[in-house]
Amino acid sequence: MSELLSGRPGEPRLLLGNEAIARGALEAGVALAATYPGTPASEIGDRFYEISRQTDLVFEYSVNEKVALEVAAGAAAAGWRALASMKHVGLNVAADALMTLGYVGVKGGLVIVSADDPSLFSSQNEQDNRFYAKMAGIPMLEPANPQEAKDMTRAAFALSEELGLPVLLRTTTRVNHTRGAVTLGELPPRSGPGNFVKNPFQLVMVPAVAREAHARLLAKQAMARQKAEDSPFNVLQGNGPWGLVASGVAAAYTADALSELGLKDRVTFLKLGFTHPLPEGLIAHFLSKVERVLVVEELEPYLEEGLRGIAQARGLTLPIQGKGESGLSRLYEYHPGLVRQVISRYFGLPAEDTPPADPAALYGGPLPDRPPNLCPGCPHRAMYYAVKIALKDLGMEGIFPTDIGCYTLGLLPPLSMADFLICMGSSITTACGISRATGQKVVAFIGDSTFFHAGLTGLANAVHNRHDLLLIILDNGTTAMTGHQPHPGVSPPPPGYPGVHLPIPRVVKALGVEQVWVVNPLKYQESLAATKEALTAKGIRVLISQAPCHLYLARITGKKRRARFQVQDPCGECRHCLEDFGCPAMALKPPEEGGGMYIDQELCSGCAFCVQWCEHIRPVKVS
Amino acid sequence: MKSPDFKMRIFLTGVGGQGTLLASRLLGEAALAAGYSPLVSETHGMAQRGGIVVSTVVLGNLESPLISPGEADILLGFEPLETFRALDRCHSRTLVLANTAAIIPYSVAIGQCAYPQVKHLLELMEPYVGGLLAFDASVLARQAGSPLAVNMVLLGALGHTKILPFPPEALEEVVRRKTNPKFLDTNLIAFRLGREAAAAPQNWRKAWSP
Repeated sequence: MSELLSGRPGEPRLLLGNEAIARGALEAGVALAATYPGTPASEIGDRFYEISRQTDLVFEYSVNEKVALEVAAGAAAAGWRALASMKHVGLNVAADALMTLGYVGVKGGLVIVSADDPSLFSSQNEQDNRFYAKMAGIPMLEPANPQEAKDMTRAAFALSEELGLPVLLRTTTRVNHTRGAVTLGELPPRSGPGNFVKNPFQLVMVPAVAREAHARLLAKQAMARQKAEDSPFNVLQGNGPWGLVASGVAAAYTADALSELGLKDRVTFLKLGFTHPLPEGLIAHFLSKVERVLVVEELEPYLEEGLRGIAQARGLTLPIQGKGESGLSRLYEYHPGLVRQVISRYFGLPAEDTPPADPAALYGGPLPDRPPNLCPGCPHRAMYYAVKIALKDLGMEGIFPTDIGCYTLGLLPPLSMADFLICMGSSITTACGISRATGQKVVAFIGDSTFFHAGLTGLANAVHNRHDLLLIILDNGTTAMTGHQPHPGVSPPPPGYPGVHLPIPRVVKALGVEQVWVVNPLKYQESLAATKEALTAKGIRVLISQAPCHLYLARITGKKRRARFQVQDPCGECRHCLEDFGCPAMALKPPEEGGGMYIDQELCSGCAFCVQWCEHIRPVKVS
Repeated sequence: MKSPDFKMRIFLTGVGGQGTLLASRLLGEAALAAGYSPLVSETHGMAQRGGIVVSTVVLGNLESPLISPGEADILLGFEPLETFRALDRCHSRTLVLANTAAIIPYSVAIGQCAYPQVKHLLELMEPYVGGLLAFDASVLARQAGSPLAVNMVLLGALGHTKILPFPPEALEEVVRRKTNPKFLDTNLIAFRLGREAAAAPQNWRKAWSP
């Protein structure tokens, strides 16, 4: 049984923030959940998937975030409690639905989880999605730790139903991916079948209906503001003359700083968890009590601007500081020491002691860096290699618009095969523009999951508008980067997975592509020959590189490849394998160990790819 | 009995695939069972693919899951270069446990730069920390039955140092309860080998006492 279903109410459990969100939804009786995986939100959907296999919870991995939100919105319109979770940029994809969902409203509670990623640990930008709540006119809660993540998720469902509005639960990586003690609550049974009650003149957003719906939304926001005033998630602590305001994990850093600096008696701390609409009355009361204010929030000055507006409207002229001069940046995530120093400086306390040792200075130069890399045996590397050699053999230079997934790591040397990337699906479409503008040889790369997420429309467009490009679909059968979630092209499917399989070659042909190649990238000669054909042809061409992610395969079959390979001594050290292929298992021994190429037997996956183009590599027996 | 002001910050660093996440989770579970309120912060996603993976475990009267420069009480290093890179997390009383087995990054694999001498890295660290235990945990993991058991070796060694507010047996109990039963025998052997390594005086480059 899933760990999230066991445990007595009142019992503390060490839960990941994302698990706490899933548990909170279960405690609220969520009936349907949908997601598209994306770091740092992925584990929310993964836990729901497990639970859906064991209970009557309805869950789906949707093809993208817009689809996930709309599926959840449909269920909520029919009276079910529903949740859609996604990473921050996923909400951009879902934004079209989000902006009108407040107009339509909900019947069953609908919670939208947006997991923002300050510091871009695994993302293409660090946008602050709190502004989405403001733009869409919907309430927003911001947890600071796993316990709050659970409590706020549960509360968000009730709030959503009381107001008839979807609620945004806005988290950040440091909340999603922190484990903490969470006290479990009761698990109620889920509601029975929903019932969609027709009401087209409130639910069908044609202009005449939407004009009235917009006015209704504004009226609901006034009610939501009152909820924020009364919310237990907005707390005023202390009575001192110095004001501090914080939300999310920055509130945790602030609380620790106050305790470590011994400032609790001198400070009034307004910790905000219900942050849209802002509790204007509570904030005004706070502003009237203190002499000056420091706002501690990661990313954009969302609270800061809100506070300034409230102060101005009430004629309050106390100094309010946030981003900039204080030392708090709009860039990257904060950490406790930084927040403590900023608070200390702002209130004129003495500076802290000496900084810690600097490892690089001590070493006397930069330390070797360690960028992430495609795994040994990754079929993506084999396909990149074939394209690289094919271009070299044909005397061509390729421009490589790429996309989002493990294969984005093709950016790094020695592959160096990524030239342009904006967002999910942009490989195909930007390739169209580059190719049209330049006539250069454009080879776009997209993964299988990304292809279903945002590639289908781009490919239809490329066919229809007669674009000239080669699209390589790197199909490893799974959404590998985020933890091997299934998608419509999943292959092989996880045991018992109920989804219908849509084979990518058939989808591509159905979209009107006539020049299609399907290769196994681990069969070098075949894939090289097909790549050369595809590179020299004209028009829209698609080459599908099909081989499963071997980590995924090992996970679902329990089997690992047995063969291993080794370099025969001496190989001549042409270094082609290091400089053009770059498998992490391959390395050059340092001169003091006598030099020479070798393959690390613990890292070699036994994919048998290098042996097809280097005569000095031979299989070895595995003991 | 623990003081209400008790605080402890443990910084774990290594390379993707070394099992730092499981080690930090087990430390968190042991702390929870012992009545401390742990926070465990993890790295997921793109960075995990052969890159640097750090995680943090904080116990006691703390709300922040992260550890700032100069604030780690314990540095649990799974790989020597990464342990050295994390020296900026340490203060003058930090206890450092360092696996001495190197994992070669790409820049070194292609001969672009050299991997620093591990002995030299340890010598450089020594004056800046409170205690330094260094040994080849990877050899012990293989001896226990799996190269993937480095995390269990290091947990065993950490348990032995008595720096944690709970005994090594409490940590071992969590290994029994929370790790894959298929690997339990290997894990327990690795844990024991780690305890023995910490008991061997020659592995202590700088002695540390609680």
